Amino acid sequence: MSTPPLAKNLGRSDSAKASLPLRRREAANLVPQTRLGGPIPWVIAIMIALVVVAAAGGLALSNLANNARADLSGAVTVQIVEADADLRAQKAADAATLLIAQDNVSTVRVVPEDELGEMLEPWLGDGAGSQDIPIPALIDVQLSSASRPEQIAQLQATLDAAVQGTRVDAQSDWLQPVYSALSALQYLALALIGLLAFACAAAVWLASRSAFANHRDTVEIIHLLGGTDAQVTRIFQRSVVRDAAFGGFVGLVLGALAVWLLGRQFAALDSGMVAGGGLDWSDWAIIAAIPLAGIALALLTGRITILMALRRML
Amino acid sequence: MTERAGDIVNFDNVGLRYGTEPEVLSDLSFTLFPGSFYFLTGASGAGKTSLLKLLYLAQRPSRGAIRMFGKDMITLPREELPMYRRRLGVVFQDFRLVDHLTAFDNVALPLRLAGVKDSNLTKPVSDMLDWVGLTERAQAKPATMSGGEQQRVAIARAVIGRPDMLIADEPTGNVDPEMALKLLRLFEALNRLGTTVVVATHDVHLLKKVPESLIMRLNKGRLHDPTGALRFPPRPSGATTSRSDEL
Repeated sequence: MSTPPLAKNLGRSDSAKASLPLRRREAANLVPQTRLGGPIPWVIAIMIALVVVAAAGGLALSNLANNARADLSGAVTVQIVEADADLRAQKAADAATLLIAQDNVSTVRVVPEDELGEMLEPWLGDGAGSQDIPIPALIDVQLSSASRPEQIAQLQATLDAAVQGTRVDAQSDWLQPVYSALSALQYLALALIGLLAFACAAAVWLASRSAFANHRDTVEIIHLLGGTDAQVTRIFQRSVVRDAAFGGFVGLVLGALAVWLLGRQFAALDSGMVAGGGLDWSDWAIIAAIPLAGIALALLTGRITILMALRRML
Repeated sequence: MTERAGDIVNFDNVGLRYGTEPEVLSDLSFTLFPGSFYFLTGASGAGKTSLLKLLYLAQRPSRGAIRMFGKDMITLPREELPMYRRRLGVVFQDFRLVDHLTAFDNVALPLRLAGVKDSNLTKPVSDMLDWVGLTERAQAKPATMSGGEQQRVAIARAVIGRPDMLIADEPTGNVDPEMALKLLRLFEALNRLGTTVVVATHDVHLLKKVPESLIMRLNKGRLHDPTGALRFPPRPSGATTSRSDEL
């Protein structure tokens, strides 16, 4: 054979680090690419869909609690317990006059007896509006700022001095157990998201280990030919990103569809409190970012898995 | 350790064991010089492949010191190994081609790993395939190639980066005598360009084909070096004159 046609210093570099990494297509071609029929993209899709539902639930609960707090933060109810209807009406009028004169009170409304009767009708029946059943008079008071315990105490003292038989309650106090339940549900949603992220990372870790084991011979050859860990890692990254992107997109569509259907169901309840749990555009932006976070998590997990496997090789 | 400027490989009292097994290589001390041609011989199980693994940086020794290209390979950080592996060309006994890559892509692989752009590697890879007589098979995958064709792809891949040292493990084991001679001439041509060549073989007839070569004979993991040509530090001159006694 003749002298080999060797190009001088072709591909020579003083440093392995100085060499360019394999371009994406070239790197991807070094290991056979699996098709999307594998389970991992679908596992990621399910995880992302569940995260979308959990995140939407958490955000809706957050909105609901915030709206309820905002609505009720300055709301106070004054109850006047008096068996005599005429005297009760007089006391209510006196209390309303006294309340509106206070500096920190913005609005005062004496709830009409008919309205009270309608509110109690589900529990007391048709007799709710009759004079035979003494119902306390109610006054809705809206403070100019969020109610504080000392403000409530001051109002109570002011009323006690002028009108007998009054009781002042901050409306937000009644809903404290509801707030606590909503808060617990939000933490539950957050924990679910954390667990799903962990499960997603574990699935990618297993898939990356399996892919590495399947292509270990090729990896060894690349190493022995002077391939760096970064180059080998890049070979696997493309598969991980593609699978995660597919799973993320499908998961987002499925999850968003589920959230939309659930939203319609809750909207049909036509309940004042539930209406405050709607998602606004910033919530949808957060939900839309979930697949991106999923891809980043998968990429990071895959990269760490491959690098750890490579560290066990020379 | 005494060093000579330009030594390409120094082994000093090197031993290798796998796990808790007895040593497969013991007390190896030798020097390889740039531009020399070495045959590594020995019976099956003598440790030839293990020694080659140390040479092509696929294995670290259990004891002793190894310097290659003037660097201590024992303490060399793992991240720096690729730089030195790129200075080596290796023809594996089982070829170790990447199955799903074509002959062209297999030969181009070392250059791509070294960061050569596609536009710059088409001609050298095509020329190399032409040189080993595989132009027509450039797009063939290893599974569709004969043993001889795969071997030539493996050789082309080993020499495409113009290595400082070519290491070949039984390169003539799967080819007919005519092809074996051709391959040997190929190694000689490369050697004339300045590449240090180490060929492991148990074919004693092959040794006679390269008269200027030095012989490293392994016996049960120990280096047999009656001429002193490989001793550390090496005997200065006339070391190869008694080579015929070895054959």
